[in-house]
Amino acid sequence: MSLINWIDDRFPLSKVWNEHMAQYYVPKNFNVWYYFGALSLVVLVLQIVTGIILTMHYKPDVDLAFASVEYIMRDVPAGWFVRYLHGVGASMFFLVVYLHMFRAMLYGSHRKPRELIWLLGMVIYVALMAEAFFGYLLPWGNMSYWGAQVIISLFGAIPLIGEPLAEWIRGDFVVSDATLNRFFAFHVILLPLLLALLVYLKIVALHKVGSNNPDGVEIKKNKDKDGNPVDGIPFHPYYTVKDTFGVAVFMTIFLGIVFFVPELGGWFLEKDNFAPADILQTPPDIVPLWYLTPYYSILRAVTFEWLPGGAKLWGVIAMGGAIVMFFFLPWLDRAKVRSIRYRGWMYKTALTVFAVTFVMLGYLGTKNPGHIDLFLFKNVIWAQIGMVVYFAFFLLMPIYTRLDPTKAEPDRVG
Amino acid sequence: MTEEVNSGRRRLLTTVTTGVGLAGAVALAVPLVASMKPSARALAAGAPVEVEIDDLAPGQMKVVEWRGKPVWILRRTEEMLAEMASLTGELSDPDSQVVEQQPAYAQNEHRSIRPDVLVVLGVCTHLGCAPSKAFEKGGASGLGSDWVGGFFCPCHGSKFDLSGRVYKNVPAPTNLVIPPHSYVSENRIVIGVGETEATA
Repeated sequence: MSLINWIDDRFPLSKVWNEHMAQYYVPKNFNVWYYFGALSLVVLVLQIVTGIILTMHYKPDVDLAFASVEYIMRDVPAGWFVRYLHGVGASMFFLVVYLHMFRAMLYGSHRKPRELIWLLGMVIYVALMAEAFFGYLLPWGNMSYWGAQVIISLFGAIPLIGEPLAEWIRGDFVVSDATLNRFFAFHVILLPLLLALLVYLKIVALHKVGSNNPDGVEIKKNKDKDGNPVDGIPFHPYYTVKDTFGVAVFMTIFLGIVFFVPELGGWFLEKDNFAPADILQTPPDIVPLWYLTPYYSILRAVTFEWLPGGAKLWGVIAMGGAIVMFFFLPWLDRAKVRSIRYRGWMYKTALTVFAVTFVMLGYLGTKNPGHIDLFLFKNVIWAQIGMVVYFAFFLLMPIYTRLDPTKAEPDRVG
Repeated sequence: MTEEVNSGRRRLLTTVTTGVGLAGAVALAVPLVASMKPSARALAAGAPVEVEIDDLAPGQMKVVEWRGKPVWILRRTEEMLAEMASLTGELSDPDSQVVEQQPAYAQNEHRSIRPDVLVVLGVCTHLGCAPSKAFEKGGASGLGSDWVGGFFCPCHGSKFDLSGRVYKNVPAPTNLVIPPHSYVSENRIVIGVGETEATA
């Protein structure tokens, strides 16, 4: 191919293709948990494409924003489809990212030498939360407005610099046109650029050390005479084809939601956001969307007035701390083995309890703290119990992962 | 011309160049960061607001907008003021000890300049929701039979009395904020200009 040769003399096209696709060796034993990395990339691309289309019709102006979204829904050809893809896409993004993170915790993908991949992934996760938060203000619905009001006022809890900082973020004394305009800029330029950069860095880091697998065994330890891992297969065509199948299944579910239940009963799009922002009328319950509610629960669980500085400040600290915990995971985990398959009962129990707690906190975050939605206790009490379990999972990890009776890892993947 | 490398000079030049480059980057960042502060238009919209209250009958409340936030002006009746005196034990800061929540001239029994007229920001001190009026007394209010009237925040259940003082054991940490305000005449309030500034 003379064209390829012509390019190869000027740009390392074949080299990059071989190193990262055709001759990039991946463990042969990936299971269903290993779809979510590829799926998150698919959703990112989908969000960018639908986002670009939405920007063509959307107007970031407090007087026009809400109506422009309705215009997209009613008058723009297939506008409803593009907008629901984008809105449902946001929730699906978090869904696959949470499952992807859980996968790492199952099989020890965060362990040495993959700490940096985990850290980059966590930065992506935080950037994604910011991206979702900025995007949620744009329709200028009543929940958009009050959600932003509450979240920005959290910065006000920081001693000394809090209030000026909140003012700097809003560009005004309250959430206003200035805020909407800059959130639009953050949502469509700043964070997408940042996310693209972070995803690139993460893939570079991943391809440097290679993927982990459900057995947590390094495939690079056993190589054939050509220097390729015996238990590895080239990413292309094996996993490109396998991932395509995964994408098809995923898109079936995704489009099923888009077509039949785009609001998913208020979980993906809250009913209060179908009314325009009203600065004098708070929605009865201000809650973020489900993917942020575990942390919102923790924020509201801190009601201990006797803490120095007050409960509000400590609520913000606990919420931030809950996210920061994840960053330390590679160093908190001291087990001799990576995969859950060879770990003992302690880590298995801890991870199960943690996953249940995380989901419970997420559920409670959507409910009024004073009500009883589970059993026996008020929601706030359950949230406080959940918060203790949440932090114990991380802070006690160095102890229980070391005491855990682990099995010996096999030499090769099963 | 000498072949020798003067490494001392090379190091100095490298340091100075890096330093000047960094200083330039910081100097450039200052206006860029500052551009995100409230604009002249936002500041102008934050200008003081004058409100006429001679049409406000005892027991009535009006809401005006100042800096994009709702400001409640409530003219309390004698009865309301009398009943509030009995609440002291149920409030977390009955004497308005938290200084930032009101100007000095409103740090009194009624948290106001004129005893009957309360001027307060309608923004919950918990997370910034808008509390609603709950002036109805007793069980009909839905807030218990001993409720004497006040404000209730639907978001997380914080309760305030008719002076914006927060009840105990609710999420809001402090009393509602009294904005700087002053009287230009007996029935004309200016919100955004404090008493001392007005007389100065």
